[in-house]
Amino acid sequence: MLVPIKWLKDYTKVDVDINEFTDRMIMSGSNLETVEKLPGEMRDVVVGKINKAEKHPLSDRLSLCMVDVGKGEDIKVVCGAPNVEEGILVPVCLPGGHIPGPLHGQAPVEGGVDIQSGEIKGETSNGVICSCGELGYDDKVVPVAHREGIWILPTDIGLEPGMDFAEAMDLDDFVVDFEITPNRPDCLCMTGMARESAATFKESVDYPATDTKCEAEGTAADYIQVNIQKPEFCTRYYARVATDIKIEQSPWWMQQRLMHAGMRPINNIVDLTNFVMLEYGQPLHAFDIRTVKGGVINVDTAEPGSTFTTLDDKERTMPEDVLMIKDAEEPIGIAGIMGGLDSEITDDTTTILIEGANFNGDNIRLSAKALGLRTEASSRFEKGIDPNQASAAVDRVCHLIEELGYGKVVKGAVDNYPGRLDPWTVDVRVARVNKIIGDDIPKDEMIEIFKSLEIGVEDAGDGILRVTPPTIRLDLLEEIDFVEEVARIHGYDKLPMTLPKGSACAGEPRNETIRNMTRIFMVAMGANEIQTYSFVSPQDADRVRLPEDAWERDAVVLLNPLGEENSVMRTILSPSMLQVLGRNFSKSIDSVRAFEIGIVFTKNEFDPSGLPNECDSMCIGMYGEGNDFFMMKGIVCELLSKLGIEDVRFVAEKEHGTYHPGRCARFMTGPEEDPIELGIMGEVHPDVAETYGIGTRACLCELFFDKIEDLAKTETRYVPLPKYPAITRDVAVTVDEDVAVGAMEEAITGSAGELLESVQLFDIYRGEQIDEGKKSVAFSLIYRDRTKTLTDAEVDAAHEKVVLELKDKFNAVLREI
Amino acid sequence: MQDKINQIMAEARERLAKASEMKEVENIRISTLGKKGQLTAILRGMGALSKEEKKQIGPAANKAKGEIERMINAKFDEVREAAKKARFEAEKIDVTEPGKAHLMGVRHPLTLVAEEIKLIFKNLGYEIAEGPLVDTVFNAFDGLNSPQNHPSRDMTDTFYISDGICLRPHTSTVQVRTVQNRKPPFRIISPGRCFRCDTPDATHSPMFHQIEGLIVDEDISMSDLKGTLDYMAKQLFGPETKTKFRPHHFPFTEPSAEMDVSCFKCGGKGCPVCKGSGWIEILGCGETHPKVLEVGGIDTEKYTAFAFGMGVERIAMLKYGVDDIRLFYENDMRFIDQFK
Repeated sequence: MLVPIKWLKDYTKVDVDINEFTDRMIMSGSNLETVEKLPGEMRDVVVGKINKAEKHPLSDRLSLCMVDVGKGEDIKVVCGAPNVEEGILVPVCLPGGHIPGPLHGQAPVEGGVDIQSGEIKGETSNGVICSCGELGYDDKVVPVAHREGIWILPTDIGLEPGMDFAEAMDLDDFVVDFEITPNRPDCLCMTGMARESAATFKESVDYPATDTKCEAEGTAADYIQVNIQKPEFCTRYYARVATDIKIEQSPWWMQQRLMHAGMRPINNIVDLTNFVMLEYGQPLHAFDIRTVKGGVINVDTAEPGSTFTTLDDKERTMPEDVLMIKDAEEPIGIAGIMGGLDSEITDDTTTILIEGANFNGDNIRLSAKALGLRTEASSRFEKGIDPNQASAAVDRVCHLIEELGYGKVVKGAVDNYPGRLDPWTVDVRVARVNKIIGDDIPKDEMIEIFKSLEIGVEDAGDGILRVTPPTIRLDLLEEIDFVEEVARIHGYDKLPMTLPKGSACAGEPRNETIRNMTRIFMVAMGANEIQTYSFVSPQDADRVRLPEDAWERDAVVLLNPLGEENSVMRTILSPSMLQVLGRNFSKSIDSVRAFEIGIVFTKNEFDPSGLPNECDSMCIGMYGEGNDFFMMKGIVCELLSKLGIEDVRFVAEKEHGTYHPGRCARFMTGPEEDPIELGIMGEVHPDVAETYGIGTRACLCELFFDKIEDLAKTETRYVPLPKYPAITRDVAVTVDEDVAVGAMEEAITGSAGELLESVQLFDIYRGEQIDEGKKSVAFSLIYRDRTKTLTDAEVDAAHEKVVLELKDKFNAVLREI
Repeated sequence: MQDKINQIMAEARERLAKASEMKEVENIRISTLGKKGQLTAILRGMGALSKEEKKQIGPAANKAKGEIERMINAKFDEVREAAKKARFEAEKIDVTEPGKAHLMGVRHPLTLVAEEIKLIFKNLGYEIAEGPLVDTVFNAFDGLNSPQNHPSRDMTDTFYISDGICLRPHTSTVQVRTVQNRKPPFRIISPGRCFRCDTPDATHSPMFHQIEGLIVDEDISMSDLKGTLDYMAKQLFGPETKTKFRPHHFPFTEPSAEMDVSCFKCGGKGCPVCKGSGWIEILGCGETHPKVLEVGGIDTEKYTAFAFGMGVERIAMLKYGVDDIRLFYENDMRFIDQFK
């Protein structure tokens, strides 16, 4: 909401400087976006009078102008505008001067443009005759009359050649752009902001005059009859009539106010309806009465599928429930959204109907959406307007028609008001207000605050204030609404700072604890945490080579995604990880070790209309020197071990499309017959790596983190240190290449008996002295009896069993070490 | 005999003076004091001597043995020290060569900021509560007193998976869940992901993180809200930080406020970070609207509440000086590596 301060001062006193004004308005609830000082920086811009204008000898487009700039002698200025005319007053920037906007046809320059004398096609030009744009006005507020060419200045405000332009035109102003929250549509107008300002600075509001003399013949009812067929959509229709209208330009003071408030001056009647709309927040519409056939207004919904041409000259097809303003024969406007092309005010309009109506906000919102047509009017109706404003605003238009001599006003009004809004009262408990605010504001101060907001107050006794807000305050319905009014006008900054009195125990869900531990372990193992989008592309499943019937493809789908790439909720994290690996590879980062813990989503199988299932998942990805399969396995094992998950088994997986078929494993824990799958890991399949632009071997691991959260042990128990020494024996055997060392380790553990404390693989050797297709595998076994010192004989017996088992199971041949 | 002893002594002294290695010294010891050594032979031969001679030679031989032992031990020490010295010299390293890399990773900056804020509130007794990212429209809007026609419900603002289910546009969904599932008093904080239909640019992301807080107890007031959030700001941005509470509007709180903190870059004098105002907007907050508490059947006459919600990305951007929100999701390792 753009508020020109000069205009605001028409309604209330503002006698503080702009910074104090905005600071205090912010603290009473009117937050601001920007403050603009007007006019833009200009120097040596004066009022000039074109005394002579001739064609440039070398150009049809250019004129040579002799301009009186109050210096006794006219100066010569070359001007390219089509609307140059002898006798007109124009702004002229003299050589050495400065203008804020870009020169016509040029790109905007930060800080504006300096003007010098120059030569244009052989003719000297001693300055620039300026357009509105050159003087810093945005194209969207430039008056229609001056859009093509230079700014032709008004002749009725005492301008003389040589006067300082900005001063003579009274351009000095500040425009404050207030951020109006959706609960305060009453602030979307000048009188509304005047009310806020007055309440903030303890001033009063001087409302605009609305009285009329009514010098025209007859009464409004002689001209017009209004029927509301759809009272559920039209709360009120108020109309008056004015005759003897002469269409011309608005006076400069009004044009200036509209321009500073962001609106383009068009003609006196359109400007007037816009001006009063900005005063009251009430959209208004003026019809040429000749176009209202039969003198009848019908407010009814459109025939679905029918077409109508709006005043922007677009033919639109009407959906259902769009409310129309119709005359006796046909629609002449879309209610609350846009008028029709055929009923527009034109230069020969003489009698007008001024409509101030109130339409149902929800209906307007749905219609505007269905039509794809949001306008200033429709957005105001959507936000909500007090129907009592309709008459005030139309009366104000009539008052100004008389005062500004635009025409004559007809007596009376046609007022069809099926949804009358009467004032309401609410009981406000002084103690309750203070309980919520946490302060001790006296009752009298509350009464003062309510009065400053034009809220009627009656002291009902027992600490109760019976309040009656003005009907424009559609947001003040319950006691709590008034608590806020007291708090903000009293000042949030004046409230004390305290801490809640009670006490409570902090805590966190177990998942959160496990996730945080995991993050810390992973970081210690050199991995960086990443975060990627929860919504991904359905193509991801193809990119990671999942089969057609993979469960991962059955993702939760968004109805309104930003794009295909973010259209389904992820079921796995690995595609996002691969994307990150690829992105880093493309930036020549030679080594990456990364992990993500995030939520994955699957459809709710039990209740398709219910919420999807969500659970934590984790992904590790890496490439670069040393980041191979066994580094990944080492990290996974260490992580699981630190989380207290023991007995993890790795089983080769050859089928999973994402991974290298010879370098992939599933891992699990729990009993063999009923294992708990913990995840899958491996080297990324070369085709997948290529798809993601990873030009080197990469490793990936996806952990079913919800399982890990369930299994993780966060408590630790101490085991006494051994009192008796251990005996270490190594065993080295040759076995077929296919024998898995994991199986050998299991066999050792299974056969050695209770004396075996630990077993560790320490060498795998292929090559010299070992036959083709064989490998030598060496383990180190530690034996210990926790109750006494072991004898060699005892260890020999146990170790013998191990060797036999390896021979039996794997056809192992013992090697001498 | 005495001469012989003297000679052995002199010889040993002379040989020791020349010796520079352990082995030489050892040889001297063996040839004088060893089993077959010269002095040992004399001492062994004592039995054959007369009483008189024993009296004379015995002490002299023992004295010589002691003397030679002392000389040998001293020489051992000397040679050992010299050897150590030589070794240290030989093993000298260039301490300015780089250390062996043992690289730790780092947590994501958004995790770091969220952890910091969570810790502040844990210290104030707040419990961490969680809610699903995909939630009902009731929990996202209706339960929060959001008007039926509120534009944030539009499909241009919120992602939907069906009429009644959306990706939560804020963590406030957890408020609705908590008031329904818990009996007051309670205080919770809820961090997590949220989603809105914003096309990514430097300041917008369709996915972002929020931290929501809610406390319900008897006599929870605006003043408590101010005190609590002022404490948080000082913990998060430093003890000099000042806070400003501006009236604002949210459907689920009333009175509502936005909190600004004094700019931690310029201390409030005005700089590009605070766009010259000296203040930076950090979060939205307010006294929980009675209609929200009523969703959980909480007696609003007895209990009052305040709630707040802040954007993790925004705070991370301000704290670390990150100028493009997309960096958080691009996961360039050179970016992430910076957040120790």
